[in-house]
Amino acid sequence: MHDMSAHAVHHGAPTSFLRKHVFSLDHKVIGKQYYALALLAALIGMVLSWIMRIHLGFGSYAIPGLHLLSKNGAPGDVMTPEYYLQLMTMHGTIMVFFVLTTAPFAAFGNFFLPIQTGAEDMPFPHFNMMSFWVTFVGFWVLVASFFAGDGPTLGGWTQYAPLSAIGSVGGPGEGLGVVLWATSIAIFCIGQLLGSLNFITTTLDMRCKGMSLMRLPLTAWAWFITSLMGLTAFAVLMPACILLILDHVAGTSFFVASNLVINDQMLPHSGGSTLLWQHLFWFFGHPEVYIAIVPGLGIVSHVLITNMRRPMLSHRVLIYSMGALATLSYMVYGHHMFVSGMNPVSSLAFSFPTLVITIPSTIVVLIWLGSLYGSKLRINAASLFALGFISMFISGGVSGFFLAQPSIDIMLHATYFVVGHFHLVMGVAAMFGIFAGTYFWFPKMVGRMMNETLGKVHFWMSFVGAYCIFMPFHYLGIAGNVRRYQAFTDDYLIHLIPVHKFITVAALFTGFAQLIFLYNLIHSRFKGEIPPNDNPWEGTSLEWSTATPPPHNNFGDKMPVVYHDPYQYSVEGASADYIMQTSPENVHSPDEEK
Amino acid sequence: MAKVFAVTIVLIAIASAIPIVMNMWPMPQDISTHGHLIDEQYTDTMWEAGLSFLASQFLLAFFIWKFSKHNPGDKVRSFPGGAAGLVIAAFLLVGTECLALGVFGVKAWASVYFTPPAADALPVQVQAGQFAFYFRYPGPDGRFGPLHPDLVSEANANFFGLDTTHDQASKDDIVTAEMAIPVNREIHLLMHSKDVGHSFYVPELRVQQDLVPGVDLSVHFTATKIGKYEIVCTQLCGLGHYNMKAYLEVKSQEDYDNWIKQQAALQ
Repeated sequence: MHDMSAHAVHHGAPTSFLRKHVFSLDHKVIGKQYYALALLAALIGMVLSWIMRIHLGFGSYAIPGLHLLSKNGAPGDVMTPEYYLQLMTMHGTIMVFFVLTTAPFAAFGNFFLPIQTGAEDMPFPHFNMMSFWVTFVGFWVLVASFFAGDGPTLGGWTQYAPLSAIGSVGGPGEGLGVVLWATSIAIFCIGQLLGSLNFITTTLDMRCKGMSLMRLPLTAWAWFITSLMGLTAFAVLMPACILLILDHVAGTSFFVASNLVINDQMLPHSGGSTLLWQHLFWFFGHPEVYIAIVPGLGIVSHVLITNMRRPMLSHRVLIYSMGALATLSYMVYGHHMFVSGMNPVSSLAFSFPTLVITIPSTIVVLIWLGSLYGSKLRINAASLFALGFISMFISGGVSGFFLAQPSIDIMLHATYFVVGHFHLVMGVAAMFGIFAGTYFWFPKMVGRMMNETLGKVHFWMSFVGAYCIFMPFHYLGIAGNVRRYQAFTDDYLIHLIPVHKFITVAALFTGFAQLIFLYNLIHSRFKGEIPPNDNPWEGTSLEWSTATPPPHNNFGDKMPVVYHDPYQYSVEGASADYIMQTSPENVHSPDEEK
Repeated sequence: MAKVFAVTIVLIAIASAIPIVMNMWPMPQDISTHGHLIDEQYTDTMWEAGLSFLASQFLLAFFIWKFSKHNPGDKVRSFPGGAAGLVIAAFLLVGTECLALGVFGVKAWASVYFTPPAADALPVQVQAGQFAFYFRYPGPDGRFGPLHPDLVSEANANFFGLDTTHDQASKDDIVTAEMAIPVNREIHLLMHSKDVGHSFYVPELRVQQDLVPGVDLSVHFTATKIGKYEIVCTQLCGLGHYNMKAYLEVKSQEDYDNWIKQQAALQ
C-alpha cells in the first residue's frame, strides 16, 4: 500500500498565491479552510441563538439593528413570530451541517488524518479541494436565503413535508427559501461524499511503512468510521433533497399527499407520502448525530491519552465501540418518529436498538474513566475541554434512556427535553471536542501556542454556562414545554417563563465566553508564543514527529517508518516517559496490541 | 485547578438533580386511565438514568481530583480488572437496564396502541389545519358523513368539507372548535390533517399523536378528571404554530349531554 501512495498523490509545492491559499490541493490548507468556514458558521449560528433566546426570554424586546437583517421579519427591530422560526431553522441547519460536521470531521480530519497515517497527502487532492469549495458554495447558498424572496425557510432543520414541499402557500420562506435550503444541503452532501471517499482511501491505502490499522491513533479511527457513515448517510440525504426541489420546481408530488387544502384551495399535488421524507431524512439524520460526535470521541481520547501519560485501557475496545455506534446508528433512526403515525410495532423495533446503543456508549465512558484511574493527569485547556466533554457526554447520554422508549416519548416528544438532550450530547459535547482539538493542535497547525489562561477562562465559563443553559431545558420538557414556539401564550406554559429568562442570561454569558475564544484564536495566530519544539505536549503520534507547521509533503525528505502502537506512554524500561511511533527504540511493552 | 474542577462537577451534578428530586417543575397531572403506566415507566427510568448520571459524574470528579496530583517518579497504574471487567460491567449493568426498560416499556406503549377501542367508545373526529383544530361528533345516527376536500371552506364555516345537502350521514354531524368529552368514558379519536403535519398533544391526557396529511390515524383514551385542558400542536406547521391550540373540556355525563345538545342546535 505505502509503495504506491507516494506516486498517487505527489504534487509539487504550489508557487502561485491562488494554488497556495485559495484553490489549494494541500490537505492541511483545506483543513484550515474548513476550520475557518466552521468558525464563521458557528459565529452566525451563535448570534442567531442569542436573538432567539432574547426573544424567548424577554418577548418583544427590540434588538437594535435587527431590521437590517430583514425589514419584514423584524419591523422596528422586533422579531415577528414567523421570523423566529426562520432564524431557528437557520440556526439548526448552520450548526448541524456547517459547524458540527465540518469542524471535527472535515477540518481536523483533513489536516491530521494524512499526517497520522504517514501519508504525503490524500489520494485525490483535486476531489479534496472540490470538497471544500463545494461546501463553501453550499454555505453561501444557504446564507443567500436570508436575503432572497421572503427570507429563509421556517420549517426547522428537519424540513418536514408536506410543509416544506408545497411552496410559498405554506408560509414565508417555504417557496424560494426551501429551494435554497435543499440546494445548499444537496451541494453540502456532494462535498462530504468527496471528502469521505478521500478519508476512506487515505486510511486504507496511504499508510506509511509499519502503520498497521491497529497502530492508527484513535482520532484516525474515528475519522475513518465517520467517513464510512458520511458516505452512506449523505448519499441518502442528497437524493431526498433533490426530490424536495423537484416538488417545488417540477410539479412532482414525492412528499405531498392527495386532497390537501390550504386557504380553501385544493393543492394540485397527489399521490405523495408525508412519511417518506421523514424516513429518508432520519436515515441520514441519526447517523449524522454520530458523524458529529464520533470524531469528538477520537479527539477526546487522543488529547486525554497525551495528558494522562498512559494509553487507554484498551485501544481495540474503543475502536470496536465506535464501530458499533456507527453501525447501530442506522438501526435506531425511527426513534425520531415514534408518534409520527408510522406503524406502532415499528416503534418498538426501533426502540430496542436505541436502548442497546447505550451499551457501546457506556463502554466508551467506562474505558475513559478506567483509564483516568492511576494516570498522571495533566490539566491544561485542552485536557479540561476533553474532560468537560466526558461530563457533557454522560449528561446528554442519560437522557437518551427516556427518549429511547416510545411510551415516555409520548410525553417528551417535541418538548424542550429533546432540545436539551441533543444540545448537550451533539452540540455542547461536540463543541467541547472541537475546542479540545483546537487547544491541542493549534501549535502544530499554525506554529504558535494559544494563550492557556484565556483558554482556561473560556473553559470555565463554557462549562458552567452550558450546564446552566441545557440542564433547565430538561426540566422545561418534563413540565410539557413544547419546542419551536416563539412565545409561550399557553396557560400551562406561563409559569415556565422565569426559567426561560434564566436560560437566556446563561446563553448570553456562555456566548460571551466564545468571544474570548475567538480573540484568543486570532491573537495567538499572530502573536502567540512560538512552541518550544515540534512536540510541545510530548505526544507520540506522527503529527508530533514532523516539523511545526508541517512542510508541504508533511514529512520533508524522509517518509516516516512506524515501529510502535500509537500511544506508548510510561513504558517501563524506556528512556523517556513516552516513545514516539517513529522511534526505533526497542522496548517490549506489555500493552502493545498486535 | 483540578480540585476546583472536580468540586464543580460534583456541585453541578447535585444542582442538576435538585429540581428533579424536589419536583420543582412537575410533569402535568395525569387525568387518563393509561397515563400511570407511562408515569411509572418514566419514574423507573429517572431512577436508573439519575443514578447512572450521579455515579458517573462523581466518579469522573473523584478521578480528576485524585489523579491530577502526582510526582515525576510516580508510575501509572491500571484499573483493577482492566478493560475486560469494564466491558462486562457495561454489558451486564446497561444490558440489564435496557432489557428491563425495553420489556416493561412495551406494556405502557401497548396500552395506547395495541389495544382496540371499546365497542361503546365515543367516536370524535379531530381535524388539524393551519392553525386551528376542529372537532366533529357523529350526531344521533352515530355515523360520520364523508369528507369532500373540495368543499372545505373556512369562509362558509365548512371546516371539514361536509355535504349536508346530499350526504344523509352528514346532516346531523356536529362540528365544534372546542372539544368536550364525558368523564370516565372511552373516546375513540379519529385524526386527520387537511394541509400540513400537525400534532395533537394534551400533556395531562398523556396523549401525543401527529396528524399526518394523507393518513387516517386514531388513538383512544379515557379521561378521569373533570376540568379544562389545553390541546396544543407540537409539529411545526407554519408561522402560527405557536398559537395553534384548542381546549379540551372533560365534563360530567350530564354536562356533556347538555353541551352536545347546545352544539347541535348551533349547527
